[in-house]
Amino acid sequence: MYEKDGEKYFVVDSHMHYWNAAPSNWVPGAEQYAKGWIECFHAYQGLGPAETHWPIEKFMAYTEDDLMKDVFQDGYVDVAIFQPTYLTEWYKEGFNTTERNAALGAKHPGKFIANTRWDPRDGDDGLKKLAENVDRFGSKGVKLYTAEWNNGSRGWTLKDAGAYRYLEKCQELGIKNIHVHKGPTIWPLDKDAFDVSDVDHAATDFPELNFIVEHVGLPRIEDFCFMATQEPNVYAGLSVVIGGLMHARPRFFAKVMGELLFWVGEDKMTFGSDYGIWEPKWQIEGFVDWDYPGEEFDDFPRVTTATKKKILGLNAAKLYGIEVPQEYQLGAGEGTPAARDDAVGVSSESPAATPA
Amino acid sequence: MTSAIVGSRILAALAGVRDPELDEPITTLGFVASAAVAEDGTAEVHLRLPTYFCAPNFAYLMVADAYDAVSALDDVRRTSVILDDHFASDAINDGVAARAGFIRSFEGEAVDELDSLRADFLRKAVMAGTDQVCRPLGLSPDSLAAAVLGDLPPSNALDRLRRRRHELGLPAGDDSPLLIDPLTGTPIGTDAVPLHLRKARLTRTSLDANTGICRGMLRHRYDTDGQGEEALP
Repeated sequence: MYEKDGEKYFVVDSHMHYWNAAPSNWVPGAEQYAKGWIECFHAYQGLGPAETHWPIEKFMAYTEDDLMKDVFQDGYVDVAIFQPTYLTEWYKEGFNTTERNAALGAKHPGKFIANTRWDPRDGDDGLKKLAENVDRFGSKGVKLYTAEWNNGSRGWTLKDAGAYRYLEKCQELGIKNIHVHKGPTIWPLDKDAFDVSDVDHAATDFPELNFIVEHVGLPRIEDFCFMATQEPNVYAGLSVVIGGLMHARPRFFAKVMGELLFWVGEDKMTFGSDYGIWEPKWQIEGFVDWDYPGEEFDDFPRVTTATKKKILGLNAAKLYGIEVPQEYQLGAGEGTPAARDDAVGVSSESPAATPA
Repeated sequence: MTSAIVGSRILAALAGVRDPELDEPITTLGFVASAAVAEDGTAEVHLRLPTYFCAPNFAYLMVADAYDAVSALDDVRRTSVILDDHFASDAINDGVAARAGFIRSFEGEAVDELDSLRADFLRKAVMAGTDQVCRPLGLSPDSLAAAVLGDLPPSNALDRLRRRRHELGLPAGDDSPLLIDPLTGTPIGTDAVPLHLRKARLTRTSLDANTGICRGMLRHRYDTDGQGEEALP
């Protein structure tokens, strides 16, 4: 919970991690990838305020105590959602698996939601594992990383027939939320790995599922926005947008937020700190204080306290069925969190608009 | 000619190589770690990128384009372009040195050369450039739909937009419409102008934000300036 100027914000951190990237967890022969991966993450931390930077040694393997302090004690978060990333070709026990996350969650009841994952290249075994994970950990969401390396393959897309089997299985198992994260490698390598058009196909064919595109499709924000405005069940995961731009590039941050509010809308944007890349504290404090920095932003949708309440927690709470105490709810006329309506700013005469 | 002069010509040649994704010269982005020529005319260029996992297809294009740009110089007898610190460095460096093309450099992992990928990103550059050129004009949708390139005041942004359109084989002359669909070249009608401009602005914002993140990541990774980084784009 965060309180500022008499307003109370219920905070759901919808994208965070508890990883182990210590050298003792690197797969022999793949050390350069394990090292390259965590160093790349560490460079992202460099985009946050200097006083929040960690030495690489801590960054590789922060502890349970670090996490509980940074996220809950100092970081205002009410409920945190683990988004696992396996990378088992590079990390012996995986980078952060459902099991590892859920074990931490079990020690702190009510604080965490443990999402799981799948990879269509795992075939029938993977389908069984998915059902097992849902049964064991109560997962209501999955994190998909399409650039994961798997037995010589460098990636996959949601258009693959194999992926559709898994999406059908998700529906059957009661999984509602599909978090999609794009990465730099995918087969074939001559295509744009960051292309989000596969999410468009899946979102159309699985209207009961919610597709949360993590990092708003960065570095393809424009493709993501054009798609999201046409698909009522596509949401914008803001991790990296706030962490990577708000401090380092405040003017670009304002433009990106303005565009997202216009094309996607405040009901369909969710906060995620991407911890341990960035601590939530400065992101939440800064975002609550944030507004457009000048007149040149006048034709973007306005940002209100209700906008921030939805983005920081109410939208994700709705997607995950998290109970929010009355004192944090919106007043009458402040909208419906996570509503599947059209993007707020697309005018009815524009070809991008669809009937309400 | 001294190697220092040849070295500066190499940098000038590299300034003509762009990151196809960000549409900026690799020099001003800080991607050129070193560029030098030995007495025997062997040029050696080292490139560096913001992360170990930057997309291999774009990395390949930059290394291959740098190779072509430097090899074309009169005083250069042999060229070596080396991408440092990247997960696919070996495949890219060996492939470019052997002039193998992308498919052969990544055997079994690619089915096509990168021309259509490059064209996709040139179209994004055209959209971003359209915003840059149109925004300061403050004209109505009617006027913008009727405008041709020759109507506009000269500017670097306009020259750049024309060059990008020309590269795509799109109309870029004085009598060409200002607003066109970057895929088909069809003029944009008055009714479609507001949405077209919204898309143009969004594309520019996306490019700018990505460039901002890339610069920040590169700065974290390397604490030295790149060769030619201080030059204006």
